[in-house]
Amino acid sequence: MTDTHTRQLSIWNFGVAFSAFLIAAFMGFYQVVERSGIFPALESAKVYFASVSSHGVLMAYVLTTFFIMGFGYYTAATALQRPIWKPVLAWAGFGLSLFGTVLAAIPLLTGKASVLYTFYPPIQASSLFYIGVALLVAGSWVWCVIMIVMTHQWQKENPGRPIPLAMFGTAANVFLWLWTSAGVGMEVLFQLIPWSLGWRDTVDPGLARTLFVWTLHPIVYFWLIPAYIAMYCFVPRAAGGYLFSDEMARFAFLGLLVFSLPIGFHHLYMDPEQAAGWKLLHGILTFMVAVPTLITGFTVFASLEIASRLNGGRGLLGWIGRLAWGNPMVLAAVLALLMLILGGFGGIVNASYALNAMVHNTAWVPGHFHLIFAGTTVIMYFAIAYHLWPRLTGKALCNNNLALIQLWTWFVGMTLLSTPWHVLGLLGQPRRISSVTYHSLLTLAWQPYELFMIMGGALLLGSAVLFGYILLKSLRNPSPQVDLEPNYADPIHPPRDMPAWVENMKIWNVIVAGFMLVSFGIPILQFFFLKTYDSVPWGY
Amino acid sequence: MHIDPLEKKWIYIVLGMTALFLGGIFFTTFVFDIHPPSNVETIDSARLHLSEEFAEDNLGVKRQPDGTIKVIMVAGRYGFFPRRITLPADTPITFRWASIDVLHGVHMPMTNMSTMVVPGYVSEITTEFPKPGDYPMLCNEYCGLGHDFMWSKVTVEEKQAWMRRHPNFGGGES
Repeated sequence: MTDTHTRQLSIWNFGVAFSAFLIAAFMGFYQVVERSGIFPALESAKVYFASVSSHGVLMAYVLTTFFIMGFGYYTAATALQRPIWKPVLAWAGFGLSLFGTVLAAIPLLTGKASVLYTFYPPIQASSLFYIGVALLVAGSWVWCVIMIVMTHQWQKENPGRPIPLAMFGTAANVFLWLWTSAGVGMEVLFQLIPWSLGWRDTVDPGLARTLFVWTLHPIVYFWLIPAYIAMYCFVPRAAGGYLFSDEMARFAFLGLLVFSLPIGFHHLYMDPEQAAGWKLLHGILTFMVAVPTLITGFTVFASLEIASRLNGGRGLLGWIGRLAWGNPMVLAAVLALLMLILGGFGGIVNASYALNAMVHNTAWVPGHFHLIFAGTTVIMYFAIAYHLWPRLTGKALCNNNLALIQLWTWFVGMTLLSTPWHVLGLLGQPRRISSVTYHSLLTLAWQPYELFMIMGGALLLGSAVLFGYILLKSLRNPSPQVDLEPNYADPIHPPRDMPAWVENMKIWNVIVAGFMLVSFGIPILQFFFLKTYDSVPWGY
Repeated sequence: MHIDPLEKKWIYIVLGMTALFLGGIFFTTFVFDIHPPSNVETIDSARLHLSEEFAEDNLGVKRQPDGTIKVIMVAGRYGFFPRRITLPADTPITFRWASIDVLHGVHMPMTNMSTMVVPGYVSEITTEFPKPGDYPMLCNEYCGLGHDFMWSKVTVEEKQAWMRRHPNFGGGES
């Protein structure tokens, strides 16, 4: 049961998300070509860094935030089976986020905010950029409030019943987002905006970096949780089976909420402003976050195997051939998990206290996060879009085979792009350069890999355009979608006798608060009792 | 609550794996004393030229009485100063860095010499280079539109040869 408001809210949020994605995909392709040095006419540091900044902001902030809001409205309406609470408020939040996006896009696209998506001071962007980003986040907080109120209302009307799993994951993600966006929120509100408007002359880059990493790692789980929700709630049924374990899914979401928040310091391993002990503490907690992810991988593979055996799959590995490979949701889940495994191991290297020195700020890092984000996360966003688009618009998907081709080309393209990045990183190539100018024997070894990256980039751009085409073409599909009902998977064992504390978000927020106090309390306070020296703003 | 026996086994494997990785980290941290560069030490980037240590005359390679080497360098858009340095192999070398402007990162590929240089703070890192040769020293944090060109060369010489050419304590090289 989806009412008009739910459908329209989801469609409009998805529309903004995927438009941003398409624009950013073109920039991504330009960047691999420019960077390779094969076409000297294209080379321009100015255009490159403006493009990198826009690509990062559009992909990581705009695509994700709008997609997650759109998916959240659908999930809340269908899993809780109730209309959106105060739709006018939801539209206001959407409008605020969109206004912020446009405000940030103006300086980004005109080269007035080439500070990359991390916007580390003391390089200063146009104040419009910081204000725009802040409004985008503020708009998403409106969505958070609506999600919390709807969950709360449902719980009051259904005492003792466990929250439907899809909404349980969404609620965990809402709290994750509220907690994690506070870090960068404080940085932008108290440091960057007053500084970029000229109200303050200087800024403390050490404090700014510490506040930014508060957000920098958990934000990845904010992007990833919707992909996990689809893996738990859509994939098993799409494969023709059941969810292996509903209970463990809940623990996985809670594990992500609790352990992903206090771990940002592995981004600061090479920084001078934080002491070794805090880095080690964050490193340990970073490893803990692998646990819910590994549990998720197990549950999803187990659900797929069960589905395959129910449909006649036999043998130790023979069941893999009998999987529903023709279903975009199943195909996407398998491809996403493959990339999650590889990207996950790369992440363990990044989080390792000593190994990090080898790969810090090298091409290895974008290789890693493109596997996790552009690979695992975005490929599941595609699958969710293919699944929901017909249910939202009432028009059937125009062509299932095209969708499969799109997913495969994305997977192959991402492999071609991210493998050379990992090798280049180990060979010492920095990330964040627009051309290779170092006249050194060592850097000659970097050259051949650029070619594979261009091929990967071209394939990815083609795949992105195909994705846009499929959605637009489906909008004009004359044949209506027959099955409009949401397609949540049934668990083999429904959640029974779950202890009350599992569903009690108050308890989990208190635990997170305690963790945050320990892991970020003194590291942030130190800037107020140390004698620190601020920096003046610099252009680029 | 229902936990499948297979699931239980997997959880033990996952926890065991995590413990193994953490064990490796604890081992290198506490037995070999390997830590990321982390000395929380502040400095006024705008007055580096007036500071004792990072004043122009004092930059460069210094041989310490105990046989170790100290390298004092400044990072600024778009170069590392002094521009070229020569270091001995197989000798503990302590680098100390300060930025005169924005964020920079120093990395020598194929070595573990890597640190961020944050304005307002002194970065310190001690390492050894086992193999003589020419190493690029690159800025690996975006620091502005000339960032691609921010690099210099470090020559690592065989230890005895370096010692013969640098007999005195405290001699800088620019």
